Amino acid sequence: MDVKQVQLDAEGFLVDYKEWNEELAKELAKEEGIEELTDRHWHVIRFMREEYEKTGQVPTIRRLKNAGGIPTKELYALFPNGPAKKAARIAGLPKPQGCV
Amino acid sequence: MKNIVILGAGTAGTIMANKLAAALDKTEWQITVVDQEEIHYYQPGFLFIPFGIYTREDVIKPKRDYLPPGVNLIMSKIEVIEPDRNRVKLENGKVLPYDFLIIATGSRIHPEETEGMLNGAWHKNIFDFYTLEGALKLANFLKYWEGGRMVLNIVEMPIKCPVAPLEFVFLADWWFTEQGIRDKVEIVFATPLPGAFTKPRASHFLGNFLEKKGIHLVPEFNIERVDSSKNKIISYDEKEIEYDLLVTIPTNMGDEVIARSGMGDDLNFVPTDKHTLQSSQFENVFVIGDATNLPSSKAGSVAHFQSEVLFENIMRAIEGRPLQPKFDGHANCFIESGFGKGILIDFNYDVEPLPGKFPLPGIGPFSLLEETKMNHWGKMMFRWMYWNLLLKGSELPIQAQMNLAGKRL
Ligand SMILES: Cc1cc2nc3c(=O)[nH]c(=O)nc-3n(C[C@H](O)[C@H](O)[C@H](O)COP(=O)(O)OP(=O)(O)OC[C@H]3O[C@@H](n4cnc5c(N)ncnc54)[C@H](O)[C@@H]3O)c2cc1C
Repeated sequence: MDVKQVQLDAEGFLVDYKEWNEELAKELAKEEGIEELTDRHWHVIRFMREEYEKTGQVPTIRRLKNAGGIPTKELYALFPNGPAKKAARIAGLPKPQGCV
Repeated sequence: MKNIVILGAGTAGTIMANKLAAALDKTEWQITVVDQEEIHYYQPGFLFIPFGIYTREDVIKPKRDYLPPGVNLIMSKIEVIEPDRNRVKLENGKVLPYDFLIIATGSRIHPEETEGMLNGAWHKNIFDFYTLEGALKLANFLKYWEGGRMVLNIVEMPIKCPVAPLEFVFLADWWFTEQGIRDKVEIVFATPLPGAFTKPRASHFLGNFLEKKGIHLVPEFNIERVDSSKNKIISYDEKEIEYDLLVTIPTNMGDEVIARSGMGDDLNFVPTDKHTLQSSQFENVFVIGDATNLPSSKAGSVAHFQSEVLFENIMRAIEGRPLQPKFDGHANCFIESGFGKGILIDFNYDVEPLPGKFPLPGIGPFSLLEETKMNHWGKMMFRWMYWNLLLKGSELPIQAQMNLAGKRL
């Protein structure tokens, strides 16, 4: 499975999160300008997927901090420029809901 | 006797008490309302206080005056909700059993969530205007301010009344002009959003207004901390903005009672069905107003639209009929734009703000996504409507569901 074979929405998010695998994550990460996914990246990605399976919702940055134990500062360092969106895309989840 | 307990006598709780008291048989149902404070605050009025347009007296009234006779009002802090046992415990020791529970505990600001926010400069050259106290202190500060760089910063979304920060900078631009010091003030609008507002079309429209008024927009600014010794705010990705005056919209959260009761998300908002307003977890618990986790705006107008749907659904639940999924996320917000003018936006979950006339299609008198004098009068009239019609649960000349008629797609 690579980026060309899966279905992405208009903004490049996976349509079906079940089509995700680690190889795909690496490719998506490259598109986002992250050359190598470290253990800490994987920790975030796995936690996000687990939360999504449990709750049906893409976890917020605050959720990642409170329940995932991932300091927000680190999250910004791992996924620069919009970590919530970037990490969700790499983890194969839908775009986090914007707020009103 | 059966019991309906309403937690919170703010905008939403007061409306629900009025609607239910008018409809339910008093020999069969006891309605109990709990709140910790005697005063009802007209929060939309806080916006006008820093500029001396409203005073303290313009925005406060006794809660009791707005609740109908026959409703049992208890003044106490709510200690914990025990939804598994259908009861609520109050700080004053009372235990309230319920058949139906309505949670309307609203949301509040939490400046302590941002590192350094409360380090000495709080209410000295860092202010909020989301509390009466903050708005009054800011008014006093502005009276003597000779100019400099004013930064408005939204800490994180969601916030109640998401248009209020924009209104604040629009009014500030007007007010500094009136004071003859506009040329000495630089206004910066720093937001975590990608633009001036959340919805693309309105964001573009309002963004143009910022530009026209010479207000500098800094998008995607996610504040990590305040360095009050150097007068600057710093983002998670190490961007810095210096200020002489910082006006902050701190993190907004639901009440701690929600967390104590294990009923909230990470911001203490209660998971709620988007369309029926029933709690996602408990069948006989309903949630309204700012306390919900819904992706609708946290605004008084929204609480009003929700109240019509919730009233209908509580009546249905009482009679054992299925709930109606009728709440569509409808919001209607007047945006004060300064110099005696205003903008009006009307939208729901699916349809973003569009231009047109409101509430009568083609006639108005209000204009959507347009700046007019009439819209400003609408905003000023809202206070009268709030105290005299909205809180009492009266019918307003506006439908709960958004209407596409009169809008230009
Ligand atoms: C600056 C500003 C400008 C605004 N402008 C507008 C506007 O122009 N138009 C608009 O429509 N809306 C506006 N709003 C938003 C509007 O005021 C709110 O959305 C509305 O008041 C929400 O109603 P609510 O009943 O959910 O919460 P609230 O009215 O805040 O009521 C919550 C109540 O619950 C009580 N409570 C909470 N926890 C407890 C506890 N543990 N024990 C006992 N009591 C408790 C509180 O004391 C309070 O009385 C504005 C808000 C602000 C701050």
